[in-house]
Amino acid sequence: MATHIHNESASIDALHHEHTQEHAHEHEHHHEESFIRKYIFSEDHKIISKQFLITGLFWAFLGGLMSVIFRLQLGFPEMKLEFLRPLLGTWINETGKLDPNFYLALVTMHGTIMVFFVLTAGLSGTFSNFLIPLQIGARDMASGFLNMLSYWFFFASSVVMFISLFVETGPAAGGWVVYPPLSALPQAMPGSGLGMTLWLVSMSLFIVSTLLGGINYITTVINLRTQGMSFARLPLTIWAFFVTAVLGLLSFPVLFAAALLLIFDRSLGTSFYLSEIYIGGEALPNMGGSPILYQHLFWFLGHPEVYIVLLPALGITSEIIATNARKPIFGYKAMVGSILGIGFLSFIVWAHHMFTSGMDPFLGSVFMFLTLIIAVPSAVKAFNYITTLWRGNIIFTPAMLFSVGLVSLFISGGVTGIILGNNALDIQLHDTYFVVAHFHLVMGSASFFGMVAGIYHWFPKMFGRMMDEKLGYIHFWLTFIGVYLVFFPMHYMGIAGFPRRYYSFTGFDAFKSFVDLNAFMSVAAIIAFSAQLIFAFNFFYSMFRGRRAPQNPWGSNTLEWTAPINPGHGNWIGDIPKVYRWAYDYSKPNADKDGFTDFIPQNIPLYQTPHSNLPHEQELAKIQEAEDREMKKLVG
Amino acid sequence: MIKLEIAEKVEGKKKFQFREVSYNLSMHPLKFALWLFIVAIIMFFAAFTSAYIVRQAEGNWLIFELPKVLWLSSLVILISSATMHWAYLSAKKDKITNLKIAIITTFLLGMLFLYLQFEAWKALVADGVFFAGKDANPSGSFLYVLTGLHGLHLISGLIYLGIVLWATFAGLVHQKRLLRIEMCAVYWHFLGLLWIYLFVFLLINHAN
Repeated sequence: MATHIHNESASIDALHHEHTQEHAHEHEHHHEESFIRKYIFSEDHKIISKQFLITGLFWAFLGGLMSVIFRLQLGFPEMKLEFLRPLLGTWINETGKLDPNFYLALVTMHGTIMVFFVLTAGLSGTFSNFLIPLQIGARDMASGFLNMLSYWFFFASSVVMFISLFVETGPAAGGWVVYPPLSALPQAMPGSGLGMTLWLVSMSLFIVSTLLGGINYITTVINLRTQGMSFARLPLTIWAFFVTAVLGLLSFPVLFAAALLLIFDRSLGTSFYLSEIYIGGEALPNMGGSPILYQHLFWFLGHPEVYIVLLPALGITSEIIATNARKPIFGYKAMVGSILGIGFLSFIVWAHHMFTSGMDPFLGSVFMFLTLIIAVPSAVKAFNYITTLWRGNIIFTPAMLFSVGLVSLFISGGVTGIILGNNALDIQLHDTYFVVAHFHLVMGSASFFGMVAGIYHWFPKMFGRMMDEKLGYIHFWLTFIGVYLVFFPMHYMGIAGFPRRYYSFTGFDAFKSFVDLNAFMSVAAIIAFSAQLIFAFNFFYSMFRGRRAPQNPWGSNTLEWTAPINPGHGNWIGDIPKVYRWAYDYSKPNADKDGFTDFIPQNIPLYQTPHSNLPHEQELAKIQEAEDREMKKLVG
Repeated sequence: MIKLEIAEKVEGKKKFQFREVSYNLSMHPLKFALWLFIVAIIMFFAAFTSAYIVRQAEGNWLIFELPKVLWLSSLVILISSATMHWAYLSAKKDKITNLKIAIITTFLLGMLFLYLQFEAWKALVADGVFFAGKDANPSGSFLYVLTGLHGLHLISGLIYLGIVLWATFAGLVHQKRLLRIEMCAVYWHFLGLLWIYLFVFLLINHAN
C-alpha cells in the first residue's frame, strides 16, 4: 500500500515535471505567443493582475465621479445642474436638478462599485495575482486557466453592471446592501426594476469570479511555495492575501445564497423575504417571508467583506513601511496573529449591522462584545506600524506616504468603530452620516490608500518603469488632506442626526444648520477627486514614458525583486531562487562586513552572512550550508 | 528527465527535496483546489439550512410530510457512492473493464437519483406543497430550493463523471494516472454526503 502511494505521487510528480520543464523550455526560447493569448486571454498571472488593475481603476474613476455628482447635489441643493445634461440626459429633470431616483441610484452604484469592483476585485485581484507567485517563488498560479476565468467572469460582471447604468429605469437604487422588500419588488421604485435584475446577475458573476480567484490564491500559497519559504518566512503581504482569500471563500457563497433567494422572490414568486405587503394600495399574495433573514445572510458576507477589502491594504502597508523605514517589521508574529484574529472575528460580528432591526438586546450585547474585541488585533497592527516607523531611516517615497496615510486613516476611522460597535450608542447613530464617515475612513479611504500605495510601490515591477515622484507627492497631499476634510466634518453631521441616503436636507428645519459644512465637504470632495486625475496621468504616462526602473528600486528583500526587470511567463530565468531567511532583514547590524548595505534579500543564504547573523541563525547557517553542499554533489 | 532522477534519489534520502516546484503538501494542487471548492459549496448550503432555521423560528410555517420517495433516492445515492468507490479501486488495480462498468453504473444511478428527486417534487405538488405562488409557504419553497440546488450540483457531478468516462476510454485513467478518478470520486462522495446531510436536516427540522 505504502509503496503504491509512493508510486502514484511519483507519477504525478513526473507529470508535473514534464509540465514545468515545458514551461522552462518555453521561457528560455522566448516562444512567441499570439497577441490574443499574451495580452487578452492570458494565463500569466502578471497580465491577469494588470487586467484586474486597469478594470479596477476604470471603475474607481466612475465610482469617484458618481460621488462628485451626488456631492454637488448635497453641497449645493439649489444649483442648476444643466451642464451635466450631456452626460446624464434625462436624469437631469426639467427644473435642471438631479432626478431624486437617480440620486438613489448614484449612491447605490457608488457603494457597489467601490466595495466590490474597486476594493475587492481591483485590490485583491491585482495584488494577490501579481504578488503571490512572485513573492513565494512560484512560476505562476496553481491553475492559470481558472485564474483567467476569474478575470473574465469579473469582466462579464463589469459589463452587466455597466449596462445597468444605461437602462431606462436606471441602475439599482435600493442602497448597496439591496435590502428587500425594496429590492425584491420590481414595482417598488424605478431602480428596483431592470436595474436591480442586472445588479443581481452582475453580482452572481462577480461571486463566481471571486471564488475562482480565491481558490487559486489559497492553493498557490499552500502548495507552490519555493524551497525554504516556510509560512514563518512569508512576507506579510502574502499572509494578508491568503487570509483574505479564505474569508472570501467562506463568505461569498453565503451572499450567493442570499442573492439566489432574492432572485426567486423577485422573479419566481416565492416569499422568502416578503410578507404582508401593500403596494400602491394593493395587497401582495406573498406570505410568511422575513426581510430580516436577508439581512442576516447579507451581513454574514458583508462584515467579512469589510476585511476582504481592508486586509490586503494592511498587508501591502506592512511591506512598504518595513522597506521604507529600513527596519524589520515590528512584531512579525503579532502581525500574523492579528491578521488571523481579525479574520476569525469577522465571522461572528455581523449582527452589529442590525442593532436596530428589533433584535433581542441581550443578543445585541453579545455582538457588541465580540465587535469590540476586534479593536485588540487592530490596535496591535496600528502600534506595530508605528513602532516599525519609530527611529527608522524613513524614505518618503509616494508609496510610503500613502502607507503612513493608511495608518492614520485606519486609526481615526477605527476609533469611531468602538463607538458604533456599542449597541446602545448605535441606536442613535444608526443610518446617520456618522456611520458614513466611519466606514469611509477606516474601510474606504484606508483600503484605497493601500491600493494606491501598492501601485506606486510595485509599478516598477509591473511595467519596468518608475512613476513620477513629484506628481506622486502632489497626489498624496491633495488626497490625504481632501479625504480628511470630507469625512471629518461628516462625524458632526452624523451626531446631529443627519440620516444617510437623503436627497436633500433643505426641507427640514432641524438640518438647516449645516448647509455651509455640506458645501465645504463637497468642495473638498471635488478637490480630492481632481487629485486622482493627476494620478491617472502619472500612471499612464509612466507606463510608456517613465524612467526605466532598476531591478530593485526600493532596496527590498522579497523575491519579486530578484526576477528580471520585465519577467516573462515563468517569472525567473533558470532556477527559482531558494529562500534562506525572512523578508525583513533591513539594517541588520554588521551587514556591511558581509558585503551588504542595509538590506539582505531572502535568497541570500545565512552562511554567506556570518558577521550579521544572530546567534540562533549561526546554527541554521551550518545546516543550510550542509544542505546546499549535499545538493551540489547530487546535481554535480 | 535528469531532474526527475535526482528528485527520486533525494526522496530516498528523505532529507531535502529537489523539485522545480516543491509541493508543500502531499496533495496535488488541483485536488486541493477541489477541496476548497467543496468548502465553498458547504458554505453555500450552510447558508440555506441556517436560513431555514432562522425563518422557521419566526412562525407562519407550513408543516407537511416529506415525500416517501426521498428515502429511496437517498438509498440510490448511497449505492452510487459504493459503485464510485468500486470504480476507484478498479482503476487502482488497473482493471479497466471493471472501471468502465463501475463508472457507467454510477452515472446511471446518478440519473436515477435525479429522476427520483423529480418524483418527490411531483408528490409535493400533488400534496399541495408549492415552490411559489400565493399558496406557497417558505417551508415548501425551501424544500424545492434545497433539492433543486443539490440536483444542479449533482448534474455537475454527472458531467464530471462523463469526462472521466471519456478519459477512461481514451486510456487516460489507469493505475499510474489516478488523479482524475480520485478527484471525481471525492466530488461524487461529497455530493452523496451533502444529500444525506440535507435529508437528515429536513427529517429533523421539517415538522418542528
